[in-house]
Formats: sequence, structure tokens, C-alpha cells
Amino acid sequence: MASKGNMGKVYLEEKSKEIRRECLNMVMRAQSGHLAPALSCADIITALFFEVMNIDPANPKDENRDRFILSAGHKCLALYAALAKRGFFPEETFKTYVQFKSILGGHPDGLKIPGVEISTGSLGHGLPIGIGMALAARYLKRNYRTYVLLGDGEIHEGSIWEAASAACHYKLDNIIGIIDHNKLCADGPIDEVMSIRPLNKRWEAFGWSVIEIDGHNMDDIVSALKRVPLSKDKPTMIIANTIKGKGVSCMENKFDWHSKVPTAEQAKEAFKELA
Amino acid sequence: MYKKSECLFESRFPALEYVLEEVVNENKKIIALTADISSRIVPRFVVNHPDRFFNFGIAEQNMFGAAAGFASAGLIPFAMTLSVFVTMRACEQIRTDIAYTNSNVKIIATGGGLAYGKLGSTHMGIEDISLMRSIPNMTIIVPADSVETTHAIREAVRFNGPVFIRFGQKENPIVHVNGLQKEFVIGKAIKLRSGNDISFIATGVMVSKAIEACNELKKLGIYASVYSFHTIKPLDKEAVLDAADSKYGLITLEDNNVNGGLGGAVAEVLGSEKPRPVKRIGIPDLYPVIGSPEELYKEYNMDVSAIVRTSMEMTKQDIG
Repeated sequence: MASKGNMGKVYLEEKSKEIRRECLNMVMRAQSGHLAPALSCADIITALFFEVMNIDPANPKDENRDRFILSAGHKCLALYAALAKRGFFPEETFKTYVQFKSILGGHPDGLKIPGVEISTGSLGHGLPIGIGMALAARYLKRNYRTYVLLGDGEIHEGSIWEAASAACHYKLDNIIGIIDHNKLCADGPIDEVMSIRPLNKRWEAFGWSVIEIDGHNMDDIVSALKRVPLSKDKPTMIIANTIKGKGVSCMENKFDWHSKVPTAEQAKEAFKELA
Repeated sequence: MYKKSECLFESRFPALEYVLEEVVNENKKIIALTADISSRIVPRFVVNHPDRFFNFGIAEQNMFGAAAGFASAGLIPFAMTLSVFVTMRACEQIRTDIAYTNSNVKIIATGGGLAYGKLGSTHMGIEDISLMRSIPNMTIIVPADSVETTHAIREAVRFNGPVFIRFGQKENPIVHVNGLQKEFVIGKAIKLRSGNDISFIATGVMVSKAIEACNELKKLGIYASVYSFHTIKPLDKEAVLDAADSKYGLITLEDNNVNGGLGGAVAEVLGSEKPRPVKRIGIPDLYPVIGSPEELYKEYNMDVSAIVRTSMEMTKQDIG
């Protein structure tokens, strides 16, 4: 099985563009979806699914597979696009996104979508679930890793900090958190809604090894993901500085694009930018 | 016949430990999770199986989320803490991470109902059954005694999916003094007494009270059937309809808010399939005063004499 491994920067950048285009396609077809948040984490998801993670579309439930939890479930457009392009389900399924009885809803359903580890959507749930998966790996003597992608606003939730304590207490160096730090909540800049500063120090104080990266620089993302765990016996948090709406200039860094659908004109421009 | 393994413990927690010890030895997938309460519930388990025990501290949301994570790797976590914190502090984790995902997590909820009456309403699990009833995929078991407890745990292990097992008081009388006479099947009530006048549909600690009331009523010439509804969800409709054949009607008995629990479930079935008079005995829709469980059962007309009184009113009313 195994990851694709060493696919190279150009390949991965092309793949993430493809994923962005697919996200836009799905949103335009359905006139619904959290597009800007998906564009924010598209590069990270590409790196995980096409380079880093030990996964096999032909055997999605392999017991040694690496686990990926999209804790910020509303970013699922990027996950759907990556999973299908990685071969977990046919790309025709994109057409059914949020349509009646589709497996692809506005938040990912782990019982229905091949490759989705577990259902998410309610913020603050993914990291605790990841703690269980990571502890299970240790108990079962398996080498898989558990990757949890979090939104930055999501860490407002108290349950995240319960899990942060547990990861440190149990010395879980097999869990890797990634914060998609685009600095925007649904209501505005995170600094105005509810500050999470000092972000690095908070995680360090909870006993995590922290690394800060450019979440749109493929070299940066891949090298960070391949370096973890940063310290033995410690969980790792990767703080990925990102841009909400990345790749579509009219959307970039604008909080009100959280779940807004582009007009036909804006979409036309966006496809050009993502070509 | 009573079998040794049915545990005639007067306290449920030793029964729980006894059977957990048995099942963990049989099945390496079983692990135990608690939120700083293990010393009260399963102290020996912690000592005997340190590698299979995970304390999450006072962080119930994380514990139930992690339980779903454990289950996704094929393990069978028994996650345990006080019912009020299970069903309310971690309600959404139970609903979204465990029930929605149909995860194989066994939830052990202690201190359900008025058990912690002296500790006050913050610690009383008086809404727990009602809350869990509204969650799809959830199986709800409320054992009447230590015998039902041992069977419930074993069946929960065999059952693939989330199960909420609710305990009330630590000490309580044994209902099945001769052991179970029939197989314990999730979703199948156990008929303990037969009588044609009135039917008691009881669960948990209220089963022994229903039996006592049945004995008292017999002296007064009133004959009652008694059912232990150890499973509240899925509800044994067949047993409810069987109980509905009584002459004067049915009385539901539960140590839970009268709204939305066993009484509500029974009334739902009867309302649509076989309308009959139903009286619901349980905790009124309020936050109880401070008191021991027995004091509170008396205060809220849930003790044996109140059950007898309610039964007599029911028979008189109908004869009226």
C-alpha cells in the first residue's frame, strides 16, 4: 500500500490546483458549500493524501493505515476532491454533492464516504477522537499515525484543550495536529471574535512540540509533515499560516466568504486563476 | 436457577467489576475509560489491568470523543462516569461521535435518578433516560439489580453498537433472587409476576418496589403483573401490548423524569396502538429537594406505599 511518496513539488502543486478547481465546481453546481475554508486547507490536504499518509484506496480500512480526521468538517470540499482524485470513490460522485441522498453532504459522513475516517462537522470533536485513535495504536502496537486538521477558530472550543492535555499526559507522539491558521472566523477576524494569541505558546504550555509553517508552500508543508514527531514522547502541533479563499483573489482574506457562493462572473475569473 | 456468575451482590458496582473481569479476560478488545471516578466504580480493574485502563481526568467530552476513536480501531471501550455528566456534559459527543457514527462504545452511567439525592440536583441524573431516548442508534439498558447487570454487560459486549447502561443507587435489593428464569435479551422485557388487574411496567431500582407493591396489593385482593423493562430502547412493544390487557390499566415506574422516559415510551406505544389508562410514576418535572433516595422516593410518591395508593386509585376510578 503506502503513500505515493516523493511526488515532487510541481506534481503536488498541480494536484492542489486540481482540488481547488473541483471545490469550486462542486460549489457552483450545488450553489452551496464552504468554499473559502476548503481553499485555505487545500495544500495541506494535498500534501497529506498525495505524499505523506500511508493509505490505500483499494483497502481503505487497512488496520495499519494512517488516520486523518477533518476536525473542521466544514472544509470537506477539499477532502472530497482529494479522496476521489486519490481513487477512494469515482469523481462522478462530485455531481451529487449535497443533492438528495448523496453520500457527499455539507459535512463528511464516515459511514458513507470511502476514505473518510469518521464523521465530523461539530467543531471541537476531532482532536478528542484522534486521542482515542492514537491511544488505540499504542494499545494495539500499531505504527499508524493520526493526523487531525483543525480550524483556528475551532480551538475556541474547550474540548480541544481537554484533548490537548490528554495528548501530553499520555505522551502521544503518534498524533499530529495541524491548525489551518487563516485568522478568520465566520464573523470576522479571529482577533476580534475571540483571540487565540499567543497561539504557539498556548500549545507549548500544554506540552506539545510546535512548528510554524507557510501552509501554502508545498516544500514547507511536506518537510514539516515528514519531520514529525518533533520530539519523542510529545504530540506535535503544526501551525500552518494560510489564507482563507487562497487562489481566488476576490475571496482571499475576506471573512464574509466563509460560506458564500461566487457569482457566475466571479467563478469564471476564479477558474482562470486556478488554471 | 441462579448461577454463580449472575452475582448476587447487593451492590451493583462489584457486580459490574466481576463481570468486567470476566469479559476482559475473554476479549482483549475491551478497555475501560473513566473521568476521575474509577476508584468508586471499578477500583480492582485499575489495579488488575493498568494497560487496559485510561483515565481522562475530569474531561468527559474528551473521554467520549476518544471512546469513538478507540472504537474506530476495533476496540470495545467501556466509558464510565456519573450519568449527569455522561448525558449532559458530553451529550453532543455521545450523539455525534458515538451514535451518529454507530460506534461500538459501551457507556456506563452511574448515579442515575435520585441515587445522589444528598449531593443535590447538580449530581442527579434525572433527565438521562429521556435525553438518551431521543438519540438514534442508542440502546438504553437500566438493570434492575446485580443479576441483570451481569447479563447486561455480557450482552452489551456481544451487541455491536452504542449501548447506554444506567445504574442508580449503589446498593439495591436483588430482584432475581433465583437467577434469571429466561434468557436476557436486549429489547425483551422480563415478566416477573402475573396478575390480571393492573400491570406494572418498571425499570431499574423501581422493579423491586413494583414487586413489593404487587405483594401488598395481593393482600388487598388486587392482582398485578410486574415487568422488568431492563431495555428502554428499543422498547419491547409486544410486552407493552401484553401488559395493556390488564383490567384497569398500566402503571409505569422509573427513577427518571416522568417526561420522556419509560412512561413516555409506553404511552407513545399505547396511544397509537392500544389506548389504555396509564399512570406514570417517576420524578416530577422539577429539581428535587435534598434527601436520601428513600426520602425522595417517598416525597415524590415513588415508594411502595405510594405505588399501592396509585394502584388502588386506578382500580377504584375504573370501577367508579
